[in-house]
Amino acid sequence: MKRRDTLKSIALGSLGMATVPSTDLIAAPPEKPLVVPGGRQKTEAIRDAKLMAEKFFTPHELKTMTVLCDIILPADEKSGSASQAGVPAFIEFMVKDQPVHQIPLRGGLAWLDNESRKRFSKKFVEITKAQQIEIVDDIAYPEQAKPQFSQGVAFFNKMRDMTLTGFYTTRMGFTDLGYVGNTPNNWEGVPEEVLKQYGLSYE
Amino acid sequence: MNSYQIQEAPEVFDVVIVGSGAGGGMAAYQLSKAGAKVCLLEAGGYYDPADPKYITQLKNPWESPRRGASTTRPFGDFDAAWGGWQLEGEPYSAAPGTEFHWFRSRMLGGRTNHWGRISLRFGPDDFRRGSMTGIGDDWPITYDDVSPYYDKVDKLIGIFGSKEGLRNEPDGHFLPPPKPRLHELMLKKAGKNLGIPVIPSRLAILTKAINNERGQCFYCSQCGRACQAYADFSSSSCLCKPAVKTGNTRLINGAMVREVLTDQKTGLCTGVSYVDTATLQERTVRAKIVVVAASACESARLLLNSKSARFPNGLANSSGVIGKYLNDSTGASRSAFVPALMNRKRYNEDGVGGMHVYTPWWMDNKKLDFPRGYHIEYGGGMGMPSYGFGMGIQGMNGKYAYGDGKTQPSGGYGSRLKEDVRRFYGAYVGMAGRGEPIPLESNYCEIDPNNVDKYGIPTLRFHYKWSENEVKQAKHMQDTFEQIIHEMGGIALGSKPGKEQNYGLEAPGKIIHEIGTVRMGNDPKKSALNSFMQGHDVKNLFVVDAAPFVTQGDKNVTWTILAMSMRTSDYIIDEVKKKNL
Ligand SMILES: Cc1cc2nc3c(=O)[nH]c(=O)nc-3n(C[C@H](O)[C@H](O)[C@H](O)COP(=O)(O)OP(=O)(O)OC[C@H]3O[C@@H](n4cnc5c(N)ncnc54)[C@H](O)[C@@H]3O)c2cc1C
Ligand code: SF4
Repeated sequence: MKRRDTLKSIALGSLGMATVPSTDLIAAPPEKPLVVPGGRQKTEAIRDAKLMAEKFFTPHELKTMTVLCDIILPADEKSGSASQAGVPAFIEFMVKDQPVHQIPLRGGLAWLDNESRKRFSKKFVEITKAQQIEIVDDIAYPEQAKPQFSQGVAFFNKMRDMTLTGFYTTRMGFTDLGYVGNTPNNWEGVPEEVLKQYGLSYE
Repeated sequence: MNSYQIQEAPEVFDVVIVGSGAGGGMAAYQLSKAGAKVCLLEAGGYYDPADPKYITQLKNPWESPRRGASTTRPFGDFDAAWGGWQLEGEPYSAAPGTEFHWFRSRMLGGRTNHWGRISLRFGPDDFRRGSMTGIGDDWPITYDDVSPYYDKVDKLIGIFGSKEGLRNEPDGHFLPPPKPRLHELMLKKAGKNLGIPVIPSRLAILTKAINNERGQCFYCSQCGRACQAYADFSSSSCLCKPAVKTGNTRLINGAMVREVLTDQKTGLCTGVSYVDTATLQERTVRAKIVVVAASACESARLLLNSKSARFPNGLANSSGVIGKYLNDSTGASRSAFVPALMNRKRYNEDGVGGMHVYTPWWMDNKKLDFPRGYHIEYGGGMGMPSYGFGMGIQGMNGKYAYGDGKTQPSGGYGSRLKEDVRRFYGAYVGMAGRGEPIPLESNYCEIDPNNVDKYGIPTLRFHYKWSENEVKQAKHMQDTFEQIIHEMGGIALGSKPGKEQNYGLEAPGKIIHEIGTVRMGNDPKKSALNSFMQGHDVKNLFVVDAAPFVTQGDKNVTWTILAMSMRTSDYIIDEVKKKNL
């Protein structure tokens, strides 16, 4: 294939196809024949379809997680919130894909509700925003947190990790970040004004 | 290409080749171009990176439900590897107290679909380190024997690089290298100040088209996903398919070779038997010449498993050397944060699928306390986010002041995290040393007396321990990394691995440059193959992957596999013409 043809076929092919996310194809109900998305092996497609058909978090857990994700990454003038970027669904998939996350996250959510009940006699999703922040403030700063909150800190670190990864691996995240790659182009080196900024040159 | 139609291949092929990776693909190409009737057997399935069925290139992370995480593929969901450190139903083991990690890909082209494309020819010294240093062994051939083949491989496959005139990093026929990225310019400058060379890398990527079959690189940085324009080298696209196109190669996928068959009277190979992995039927292919290229350890396994009354230790193994001298590159790495790169201006910095600069070995081991060198590979830049992106931000965001000049306690939540991700993006560099080990007889693989794979083929058991030589080399790597990081104004991340951690020396096998298990040499008592990688005991048996290699230099070995396989193929053609085969 000549370079130009390649660019053309990519524009029509993969990039066009990208509007149909592969996850939709494999989320089909199990009685329908399995669709193996492009680039996957059949065994992988079977495994993915099975995972997507399963549910791990309860509706209450998902609701709690959603609140937490949006505290971690709220909407601002530049981009939307974590839940707007679909982070809770991503985390739901990840804990089925990598079960090592299951107990820390389920247990962490239970820890959070318990902490909330102790302080306010209500579950985390039922307390006020200010009360939620009061708890979060105790577990969001690893270097300052009191020792009795260490498990909460570990949980919040994990939630922060999952939320950031889940957010920045979406179109919304790409836009927020200003990532402009993953597209055919011609690399001609660092832009002139950037070279200047750093006092570097190609000579 | 359809394996199911073939019941029993009635004909006798000129050559049967086991494995379609770098070594097997090159042999199939070279032999079928010369007119030989070839049967190419590949245990894995058919693969073509330009077929939408297989394409992962240019997909976005959200097209993977795990956002590219490495749950099922060790290098991530989009990596073009059907395989990994473990294959379902095909186990291996290591003797207690030893360790070896074995990466296999079962697909047309083997591991060349997703390899790093780093293509370094050996230099003259790399063939004679034994006599130069008094430790280790020399090759039975010299650089001059291989260099014409390196030249041919350069031209046939395409490689970019720069002419540097370094004695032990010989220049090849290079396409133009891509310009360094920003962090690579910084590395270059730091290297200059320290007297450490940082030069354009040498990768098997077409920065210019070389023929009508393959396109030119369009800088997506994703060679690991295999290129739908065929602008990077993989054996499947660049060798196996052209070989099939000649009309002289019959490719059979899903053919797991169990044994090389021999005539007990003549002691010559007569072909191979294999399991059709789809039907579990046993099949045989008859051929006048058998070329084994199943990758270093699989080739040793196959020969050791090809036992008979005449060859009780396995085929071509009267020396008992098969399996021994297994060795992998050393590896150690470090990463760093570069504050000067915070809040970078955004532009498309993807570049080619790999580093644009590297550091060849630059020192004299006579003045050091370890006998062999290493090269350094670099990473960094404004790459595409995938699973893992943004994790661990609490380790960074308390240390550096925000736009308003104020710092905030590490961790936290809210809009500030978005600002953190934006300011730290693309401000990291990574460096990894890849070094030459001393091959030892005591590092080996053997047939596990107690285990078979799902096809009933006895599996491998590994015995591998690093020696002090490799540990000291890793220590030197770590010291060098800190020097470079410091010089470029970076802050090394994590703590420097010390003696207790072998200075970060990766476990054997992890660098995926395993070689040496079917040694070549001039002495049939100490080697299995002669200097043309032909069996001392069995003259119509050849091994053309990295198993025959005596050493691996401080160079990744694939370019040498390609050159040596081409050389052996030419020798086979020559010997057939002379009626010696
Ligand atoms: C992530 C990664 C990065 C790498 N980067 C680099 C790099 O930058 N530079 C470099 O030089 N090298 C690199 N390598 C190493 C490189 O991939 C190998 O050196 C090269 O592929 C070896 O070629 P081969 O022909 O020996 O074996 P392989 O490529 O492994 O091919 C062997 C083939 O034989 C088949 N096979 C095995 N057993 C049987 C059997 N019994 N019957 C039939 N078929 C069989 C396998 O299915 C496979 O297709 C990298 C490897 C990996 C995994
Ligand atoms: S970087 Fe170039 S050669 Fe590699 S996959 Fe992308 S376009 Fe192809």
